[in-house]
Amino acid sequence: MKNILLEIKTSVLALILLTLVVSGAYPLVVWALGEAMFPHKANGSLIVAKDGKALGSELLAQSFTSPKYFHPRPSAAGTGYDATSSGGTNLGPTSQKLMDSVKAAVAQYRAENGLQAGTLVPADAVTSSASGLDPHISVKNALLQTARVAKARNLSAEKVAALVEKYTDRRQLGIFGEDGVNVLKLNLAMDGIIDQ
Amino acid sequence: MNNLNSWMQLALFVGVLLLITKPLGLFLMRVLDARGRTFLDPVLRPLERLTYKICGIDPAREHNWKQYTAAMLIFSLVAMVTTYALLRLQAALPLNPQKLPAWPEHLAFNTAASFMTNTNWQSYSPEATASYFTNMVALAAHNFFSAAIGIAIAAAVVRGVARQTMSTIGNFWVDLVRLTYYLLLPVCVVFALFLISQGMIQNFKPYDTASLTEPYTTQVQKTDDKGNPVNDAAGKPVMIDQKVDTQTIAEGPMASQVAIKMLGTNGGGFTNANAAHPFENPTPLSNFIQMLSIFAIGSALTYYLGRMVKHQRHGWAVWAAMTFLFLAGVFVLWRAEAAGNPIMTQLGVDPADGNMEGKEVRFGIFNSALFTTITTDASCGAVNCMHDSLTPLGGLVPLFNIHLGEIVFGGVGSGLYGMFVFIVLTVFICGLMVGRTPEYLGKKIEPYDVKMASLVILILAWDILGFSAWASVSNWGPPDPVTHAVTNGTNNNGPHGFSEILYAFSSTTGNNGSAFAGLSANTPWYNTTLAVSMLIGRIAMIIPIMAMAGAFARKKIVAESVGTFPVTGPLFATLLVGVILLVGALNFFPALALGPILEHFLMLTGKLF
Amino acid sequence: MAAKTHSIFDPAIITPAIGQSFVKLNPVTLAKNPVMFVTEVGAAITTAMLLVKGQGHFGFLIQIALWLWFTVLFANFAEAMAEGRGKAQADSLRKARTQTFANRIKGTGTESVAAEQLRKGDVVIVKAGEFIPGDGEIVEGAATVDESAITGESAPVVRESGGDRSAVTGGTRVLSDIIKIKITSNPGETFLDRMIGLVEGAKRQKTPNEIALTILLSALTVIFLVVLMALKAYGYYSTVDFTVPVLVALLVCLIPTTIGGLLSAIGIAGIDRLVQKNVLAMSGRAVEAAGDVDVLLLDKTGTITLGNRQATEFMPAPGVTEGELAEAAQLSSLADETPEGRSIVVLAKEKYGLRGREIHEMPDAAFVPFTAQTRMSGLDVGGASYRKGAAGAVRDWVGGRLPKEVEKHVEAIAGNGGTPLVVATKEKALGTIYLKDIVKGGLSERFERFRAMGIRTVMITGDNALTAAAIAKEAGVDSFLAQAKPEEKLALIRKEQEGGHLVAMTGDGTNDAPALAQADVGVAMNTGTQAAKEAGNMVDLDSNPTKLLEIVEIGKQLLITRGALTTFSIANDVAKYFAIIPAMLLGTFPAIAPLNVMHLKSPDSAILSAVIFNALIIIALIPLALRGVRFRPLGAARILQRNVLIYGVGGVIVPFIGIKLIDMLITMIGLI
Repeated sequence: MKNILLEIKTSVLALILLTLVVSGAYPLVVWALGEAMFPHKANGSLIVAKDGKALGSELLAQSFTSPKYFHPRPSAAGTGYDATSSGGTNLGPTSQKLMDSVKAAVAQYRAENGLQAGTLVPADAVTSSASGLDPHISVKNALLQTARVAKARNLSAEKVAALVEKYTDRRQLGIFGEDGVNVLKLNLAMDGIIDQ
Repeated sequence: MNNLNSWMQLALFVGVLLLITKPLGLFLMRVLDARGRTFLDPVLRPLERLTYKICGIDPAREHNWKQYTAAMLIFSLVAMVTTYALLRLQAALPLNPQKLPAWPEHLAFNTAASFMTNTNWQSYSPEATASYFTNMVALAAHNFFSAAIGIAIAAAVVRGVARQTMSTIGNFWVDLVRLTYYLLLPVCVVFALFLISQGMIQNFKPYDTASLTEPYTTQVQKTDDKGNPVNDAAGKPVMIDQKVDTQTIAEGPMASQVAIKMLGTNGGGFTNANAAHPFENPTPLSNFIQMLSIFAIGSALTYYLGRMVKHQRHGWAVWAAMTFLFLAGVFVLWRAEAAGNPIMTQLGVDPADGNMEGKEVRFGIFNSALFTTITTDASCGAVNCMHDSLTPLGGLVPLFNIHLGEIVFGGVGSGLYGMFVFIVLTVFICGLMVGRTPEYLGKKIEPYDVKMASLVILILAWDILGFSAWASVSNWGPPDPVTHAVTNGTNNNGPHGFSEILYAFSSTTGNNGSAFAGLSANTPWYNTTLAVSMLIGRIAMIIPIMAMAGAFARKKIVAESVGTFPVTGPLFATLLVGVILLVGALNFFPALALGPILEHFLMLTGKLF
Repeated sequence: MAAKTHSIFDPAIITPAIGQSFVKLNPVTLAKNPVMFVTEVGAAITTAMLLVKGQGHFGFLIQIALWLWFTVLFANFAEAMAEGRGKAQADSLRKARTQTFANRIKGTGTESVAAEQLRKGDVVIVKAGEFIPGDGEIVEGAATVDESAITGESAPVVRESGGDRSAVTGGTRVLSDIIKIKITSNPGETFLDRMIGLVEGAKRQKTPNEIALTILLSALTVIFLVVLMALKAYGYYSTVDFTVPVLVALLVCLIPTTIGGLLSAIGIAGIDRLVQKNVLAMSGRAVEAAGDVDVLLLDKTGTITLGNRQATEFMPAPGVTEGELAEAAQLSSLADETPEGRSIVVLAKEKYGLRGREIHEMPDAAFVPFTAQTRMSGLDVGGASYRKGAAGAVRDWVGGRLPKEVEKHVEAIAGNGGTPLVVATKEKALGTIYLKDIVKGGLSERFERFRAMGIRTVMITGDNALTAAAIAKEAGVDSFLAQAKPEEKLALIRKEQEGGHLVAMTGDGTNDAPALAQADVGVAMNTGTQAAKEAGNMVDLDSNPTKLLEIVEIGKQLLITRGALTTFSIANDVAKYFAIIPAMLLGTFPAIAPLNVMHLKSPDSAILSAVIFNALIIIALIPLALRGVRFRPLGAARILQRNVLIYGVGGVIVPFIGIKLIDMLITMIGLI
């Protein structure tokens, strides 16, 4: 019994001491280093307008529905693109609900972009991302939207396609991950808010 | 799967893992030796000595298995109670810029158990529930402790195997302190900085608000003056339009927490979407390093095992068996996800894209499949895609990985000590076939050892099957918002709903923490039973394993000859894999048959629920 | 009972075994085997379910119930068969224990008492023609004894007081003379009683390995119980109603009934196989230890070399022809009845054509026997004296000097591991006889096989190091202990054990007892003293030290058989799942059909086939369990590879084929 009390005392002291180190000193050190070395990234990679107003984060998707914008992937975060409530649909492969929504999304995507009968819809365009905040769409998806956006903006398809190319994040170091088009940055670039 | 780039990423992953195994293993040799010297000594030795002095620890005194286990349990319990208290008192504590309220009892219990046991099952939605203080102090501290404890237990087991006719297996406090200071902290500082460089946040500011370029209108449930949701006479929620013109961006000290979350195979996300969230896993490179960090320590421990028992080829044989199981999982999962969902194909979705539901574009099919396999091979539980939305066979892989006991590199430490049980079983079942009574590294496997090993397998099966069976005949979910009828909380119907329940208790028993997240488990019944299954899955596993470690330390080592059961080479690795798969399949085939396997065949016939 | 093997299908054993199978259904006795106990409970539940409606159609249910009962009966039968084989041997032993009376010394006279009334310390007198009433030591006299009841060896053996040949066994018969015996064991504890107990398996205790295996099998049984109960609950969720008989059928198929049913039979059969080699193991543990042994201590004499040295060469002194030497050697040995002496005569005759002369042909010849004082033997004939003996003795006899050549020969022979005998007349040394230790044939190949299995052989000899090294080299042992005294033997065993080795040895003398007790496997010779027999954990009735090698092989074979059948049993479950799980789901979810990889006809036939296979496999494996798997002396890795392939991979594949065939058969003959 005395031993147990002794171990409890050691436990409490060790808990306090170690917590001070791993929960106090450690995050502060990382924070200080982060602020010094990567302040933009450490603070959310925010896109700030000239007037100082935050427009979003480079890394987080926002809702876009009008024809003149590229549309991000469907989102199940909160009521949609809610950056305080990230998440997916959590619907499984035999879910009626999922297939209903995919079916609707397919129909909408085909209609919006005037897809030919034989053209298949890119999977990422009609499925919700894991976070609901996926900043990217596939290049295939973006190119299928290019004609619509160009038409809505009275721009040449080539010009839009060039922008798509510019805001495509290629495989990192040529190997890692997959290509993706950053929708928010692309849309803001087309609005002239960030560099074209 | 005929994607050259993906194959290259896989080869690179296995190659780098192999490359870091030896150096990290050698470093572990030093950290886990109370008198070991490291290059960090000038900075950390004084801190280590100070810690011993304040806490009254005598680093020269070793524990026997009972003392070691008791110290571990007492420390864990004290830490768990502390976390429970901090969660219940969240509203009164600092670093809470969003003014988040205190947690209810069952959720606090569930979460305290979850983080203490290295499970990091999250019944709560982090951005909306946890303050910065909660994340940093109540939760992230556990990420360090539970990881250090896991490695410490593994080290104690390895010492038990390596020593002969001794009663002690190391000093728990020394292992805890040294692992935290010399291994986890330094690696995490570097790792966290790397993560920030990739775009991960690390700040203490309140949530940011961004103005939307294109505001929109959405429908939300109406709330009354007190903030309670309003329903109409029929019980249906009253929906009202809401204009959305801003996006609130959650912030916080994420990088420091994510570093230890991955390295310590904790897996508890800073955000609800976990490693799928663009902040929490910004780039494919951050994804690659995060995956690597899950396996790093588990892989190094196999080298440590080989070194300690002076049988390096045995360590590599265990490594090879783990790698084989890992690759097998990757291939099944990758193939299943790449093949996509035939029902979606019928709706006109391009099958070449695979199943993108619940996946992120920057990771794609392959990196999602790889991450999912890794996170469930290990008991990490971080996710970079939504497991609930995997194809049936794709979902089978993480589920089965957990059922195998998460011994493929595994949770830090727990992977190796879990593997130890399977090694003992393999040696026991197959060892007789060489014509000698079974022995592992010169130590005879006796009834006591088999009893303890059987107990571990029994607890694993009982905890998962028992609780999931109970849950599947109960309705532990939240009441239906419309009808107020009791529900089982599943987000999907048919076999997939069953998979959600099975996955939940598998994940908690295995101390994994990932989920078929559709299950609404934040209810008193689920929170409590899940917490209990986590505690059983951790403590009731560790005790018999430590008892075996103690028994092994006392044994005499029998000389090795060509007549000895070989614990090296491809044959042993194959047998180990065979026994692991067989035990896993025998225990869980019926459950899997009613979940993912049945769903797979139903999906092929186009059946929806 | 010596080397009397029973055919596996001996009706004398099968018939009572069938009866025993039913007797063993008694749940109280069956409870010690958790796997079969659960099977029996399952069979009982299924039988009871015949009365309950809605569990399936009657023809199907009754067949399931019957086959479940068969499963238990088959397992019982396997055990009864193994025990029956022992019993047959025990019966022949028991005949030796027929009512005997003993003449117990009381005061100055004797009294006649029943053998059962004898206690330790009693002294009895046994005359020619009488049975020895109990185990004991001869305290007075010598006699020839017929021990065939125990050893099966019909040639009588000599037993005499004092020394290492004083032990007698109860139930053996005195053929000549009168002896006084001090009884050394109480009734019921005699050697014969123990033998009977051992071969019958009645006193069989589970070995640690069997206990460990039983724990594992019980754990698997409990796990499958949980699996099945969970399955019932999962069925509720999935709206599938699994009936009790089907769940029981699946349970029985999954729990390791094959090994559970055969485990004790394997153990009994292992001891039985030793008995057939005329070796009695005092415990099953000893048999297992024999499998673990990795150092064999082998006495040179009798084990490695033929008990006796043989003359192989005559090496004459300068000025003496080989023929002269041969003749002198022959003369000196004519009356020498020792094996060495005979071999000299034989050599002289075979190599030098000297006609064998008989001593009675030479009436004036006087035989000079060997004495400890002279250390020579020989013959005085016609005034000439022929002597042969150790070099030192002969040197003294001829006047203190031997020719240089002779001394050289003596040294050379000793250096080669031989024994030099110098032959001389009173006048001069004639030359040297090379007496050679003859290494038994085929030993070095045998030791080679042991080396392949990782077993080291150590020769123990009283010879000097030089001689020992030469013999060790010829025999192919790994090392030797020369000029060994019993204490050194004990020390060697301790040293090996400290190095983590398990040691086996044979011994017969009282001074071997400590070493026999210390060794992990100590095989006492039946001709040895009671002390030696008590100290060892095995007794070789043939008193053949070479048998140690066979004992090790039998030990290994026992362990391999147990491991192989365990692996086979567990591996079988994969196919059973594939037979039964689809069958259970097919009714509610026809989509699951592709999982029925064996294309079994119907759900009912699938379940029944699996249950029938599960029962029949026990019967099919009884011969293997009793005979043991074939043993090959190979390294562990190769044995393992082989056995894993046969019993592991085979264990996965065989039931797929078996269940399919049974399914075809029962649907063809319309059982389902």
